[in-house]
Amino acid sequence: MLKTERRGSFMGRMLASEGAVSVLVVLLGFLVGTILVALVGKNPLNMYKAILQALSGYNIDNGKMNVRYIGETLNYAVPFILCGLSMAFAARAGLFNIGGEGQYIVGLTVAQMVALLGPQIPVFHWVLALAGATVIGALWGGLVGVLKAKFEVSEVVSTIMLNYVALYVSRMVCLRLPGATTYKTANFPESALLTNGFFQSITNGSMLNHGFFLMLAAVVIYWFIMEKTNLGFGLRATGFNRETARCSGIPVVKSIAVSMAIAGAFAGLAGGIVALGSFRYGRVLSGMDNYGFNGIAVALVGNSTALGTMLAGLLFGMLKNAQALMQGKQIPKEITFIIQGLIVVFIALRSAIAMYLDWRSKRQLQREVLGK
Amino acid sequence: MSHAIEMSGITKTFPGVVANDNITLEVADGEVHALLGENGAGKSTLMSILFGAYTADSGIIRIHGTQVDIKDPNVATELGIGMVHQHFKLVHNYTVTENIVLGMEPRTRFGTVDLKAAEKQVAQLSKLYGLEVDPQARVENITVGAQQRVEILKTLYRNARIIIFDEPTAVLTPQEIDELMQILRRLTAEGKTIVLITHKLKEIKAVADRCTVLRRGKAVGTVEVASVTEQQLAEMMVGRAVQFELEKPATSIGEVVLAVRGLSVADSTGALKVKDFSVEVHRGEIVGIAGVDGNGQTELLYGLTGLSPVLAGTIMLNGVDITHASIRKRIELGLGHIPEDRQKHGLVSEFTISENCVLKDYYKAPYSNRYGLLDHRRMDVDASQLIEQFDIRAGQGSGTTAGSLSGGNQQKTVVAREINLSPSVLLVAQPTRGLDVGAIEYIRRRILDERGKGRAILLVSFELDEIMNLCDRIATISKGTLVGIFKQGEVDEREIGMMMAGSRRQREAQDVEN
Amino acid sequence: MNTFFGMIPSILMIVSPILITAVGGMICEKSGVVNIALEGLMGVGACAAAAAHVLMEAAGVGLPSIWISLAIGALIGVAFSVIHAFASISLNANQTISGTGINLLADGATIFAAQILFSADRTREFRMGMQTDSLGIYPTAYIALVVVVLAWFMLYKLPFGMHLRACGEHPHAADSVGINVKRIRYIAVLISGLLAGLAGGCIVLTQTIQYTSNTINGRGFIALAAVSFGRWRPVGVTFAAFLFGTAQAFAIIANNFPALKALPTEVFNILPYIITLIALVGFSGRNYAPQANGKVYVKGAS
Repeated sequence: MLKTERRGSFMGRMLASEGAVSVLVVLLGFLVGTILVALVGKNPLNMYKAILQALSGYNIDNGKMNVRYIGETLNYAVPFILCGLSMAFAARAGLFNIGGEGQYIVGLTVAQMVALLGPQIPVFHWVLALAGATVIGALWGGLVGVLKAKFEVSEVVSTIMLNYVALYVSRMVCLRLPGATTYKTANFPESALLTNGFFQSITNGSMLNHGFFLMLAAVVIYWFIMEKTNLGFGLRATGFNRETARCSGIPVVKSIAVSMAIAGAFAGLAGGIVALGSFRYGRVLSGMDNYGFNGIAVALVGNSTALGTMLAGLLFGMLKNAQALMQGKQIPKEITFIIQGLIVVFIALRSAIAMYLDWRSKRQLQREVLGK
Repeated sequence: MSHAIEMSGITKTFPGVVANDNITLEVADGEVHALLGENGAGKSTLMSILFGAYTADSGIIRIHGTQVDIKDPNVATELGIGMVHQHFKLVHNYTVTENIVLGMEPRTRFGTVDLKAAEKQVAQLSKLYGLEVDPQARVENITVGAQQRVEILKTLYRNARIIIFDEPTAVLTPQEIDELMQILRRLTAEGKTIVLITHKLKEIKAVADRCTVLRRGKAVGTVEVASVTEQQLAEMMVGRAVQFELEKPATSIGEVVLAVRGLSVADSTGALKVKDFSVEVHRGEIVGIAGVDGNGQTELLYGLTGLSPVLAGTIMLNGVDITHASIRKRIELGLGHIPEDRQKHGLVSEFTISENCVLKDYYKAPYSNRYGLLDHRRMDVDASQLIEQFDIRAGQGSGTTAGSLSGGNQQKTVVAREINLSPSVLLVAQPTRGLDVGAIEYIRRRILDERGKGRAILLVSFELDEIMNLCDRIATISKGTLVGIFKQGEVDEREIGMMMAGSRRQREAQDVEN
Repeated sequence: MNTFFGMIPSILMIVSPILITAVGGMICEKSGVVNIALEGLMGVGACAAAAAHVLMEAAGVGLPSIWISLAIGALIGVAFSVIHAFASISLNANQTISGTGINLLADGATIFAAQILFSADRTREFRMGMQTDSLGIYPTAYIALVVVVLAWFMLYKLPFGMHLRACGEHPHAADSVGINVKRIRYIAVLISGLLAGLAGGCIVLTQTIQYTSNTINGRGFIALAAVSFGRWRPVGVTFAAFLFGTAQAFAIIANNFPALKALPTEVFNILPYIITLIALVGFSGRNYAPQANGKVYVKGAS
């Protein structure tokens, strides 16, 4: 959106840098959140104490350190980052994937199915479950791509529709899994869990699990596909200018379907990791987990780059981990949702910066012309 | 002589450009005043200021002697200024009447839109000025010429005394242009003042009383049209002596490379836009497709390049049937394409020059290895060569983003890429649209060079001059059908104009009757 | 059949808020602004109406409380839609991003407000909601009817509606005849906020006794689907809202029909979304949406 090269002041250069703008947007979100907390008569300091503890494990009130919090923050960050990559991957190909939530849900559902019904062979069991989650996510996302490419159905509308289809299909399936009640299934067998003993031991028994490695791998894969391969080149060209891409012989229909499928795979994997890493039983969802929707925010803050998305995902993971700590300090945990929402709204306002920079360069030119 | 319009010291800047630099323009009451200049000379900006679409940074405007402040189109309308835009500003699914009264609807006593009264008024106006329209037709269903009449009626409905026409002939057939010229005369006879924005010298000679010439945002001068020649006007516009004709070396014409037979192509809505079209292009020749915009040229190229499916007919490239081949396959078989709209079809403006240069072969050696990994360095090296070879002015070399280049340099980038792929057939559409004279000459020379190298070139252009100058053979297209195909020199411009309007040569006489 | 007629009041209860919201969404898109924040706007409206009603009930306001609460819900909807209008109209923001932001923000803001006001993750339960008339029909059905008729009259009979539709089809054309595109789009977005907020209030005051994070549960998105499925026309949107609302109602009342008992209720929940998807595939190639829908309008650049 912004031109990369801008002459002029420090301010101008900062506003022209996407990374700096993201930081600014996040700070603004926190600033407004802080003011809101203060306005309702709570102490914002408590909010930041909770955030500090979620980030570093350090409890400033009693001076105690508990590394478990770091582990939990990382664990919470995993689905945020993966859903962020999902949104980002589609965005780089010019698509707006609001369907991360649905892709996440189908992934979660299949992982739960495989966990409860699959062969209980150590390692193979959870690998199979996650592979299933990834594949179904890819199919769910790829369907959107096909609808878009073949039938010109806006991906914004179709992904929204498919999110709810996913939710209710998931309910139908999970209600029929072994030991299902209205809200949960039987416990998963040990072989389906992503438990990682080493992580547990170094993070004082947090839920951090194998999913963390997979997330790191996904970040690297994302970067590699986008920047180093000709597949990524074609996708980026399609994303920036679909018509030129088509005219240049790039198979656009395939590109769109492939990018939505890969996007769906990331979100599906996220669903699988949450299902088998953070719970010991299958859940019958009654509503959205919102990882998919927040993934949109994560990708936007991270400017759809691999590193940026990872950092933004860590931020969101930290906020989620801080929620319980905030409740303990009388700060309503929903403030974190508000901050996340504000961040997205402020990102939308980013276009104002482009307008401002245009206005400024025009002013400068005007002065030069009239000064003659 | 009283002045309808006086604009003095008008300056307007946009980010990165000074569109109008201290321009002064005086238009006499009741005259047809032409505003002449190349693309980007600032004509449209100046008139947009007069119409209130833009606000000038500085300068004074007087209308009929009174100083005015035209903040928005409403004020312009109140002052009796109307504008007929180049790209019609019509709501496609509204009726003719609804479009004309939009924004100033007659109302019933309940405050609802009084369509009956509106239709009556439109019918009256249409009769008074001889502008024939069907008040109840939907705008999307009427011809381009009729749409233009709707635009004119819009200004008349608002009691305009000054009417600005922005490049009004770009989309019209020669016959419709004649009609328009008559309409202009009729309007001045009724006491209207006309400003005609154009870059076509012939029209100015035909209809304008006086002409103000703009060049690079500055007013060069105002002349009585009767006292100057076209050549003199051209020199004022460009700022130096202009060579109208390019030197065209004789080449030997070889075998058929592109053979199109009975081609039919539909547009995105399913309407048949190219019907049973046949043409052959040989090695070393340029075949021009002459026609008015919107007569199937775009769809013809879409069919040839594979952007639209072919409904009937065959396309043979070097003896290979590519009728239903994928776009990439056609490119690999040697079909080059310099598209009409470089922003939309030619370039990825966020990509660098080097990325744009490999857009069609990035997936092959030497840019990709067999594992699908890209060689960015190789791309940069090759792009730098092309930048030098084609004299592309880019601030940061091969790493410059295409979007930051000027129009001429963008076009050179597209041309460089296509030529560098050494295609056997080069499809070229409107290659000089929106470029300044220097870039136009350069691009045309390059196209002739390619002809010299034995390429088969198919050129689509709406500028008859361009066709006449460059082509060895000329095919005329009207409503998607081939009207005739001739060697350069066999027919004159007037005859081609007739054919562009759809009349076949042999049936010319009887068609004129219709 | 008897049972089906008996179900009509319930169906109307569920259809009405969807229809009201969809009409707002339609007006908004007719002016050229996509509003995927309908879900969130319904949420803030519902939460505000529920909270206002509980507090006024406790203060002994009595009968008018329902109507005042509805008005408050509508006004809060307007307030939040200002964000969308400002971002997408004044600042040329991406409308999808802005809408997503408001949806996320609404999720947080509603429960946050409940936490502050009632120290719980939901509003306190009110004792008495809206009352039905002698036919067993809630006033919301009549409100919806009035909204649809007014919207149709405004869009197709009044000069303002003609201007509004022109802004969604060809804003440059509208601008060139002196119509203030930004102003009209602002009004359209605020109307959609008003109606979505009102509809949120209707849901909470007829179908439940408090606001929770599950009160809206996708009905804003169903309304959005109804706009597309109804081809951006009042009659079509009304039909779509009825179809979708009825499907939703069946998810709740299918148990009354022996023939339908065997089906999982989720089937009815899914129907609106599936129908819309299939319809959009069927529409493929023909464009019913306003041409400038979702596109940023920059003056002069045509």
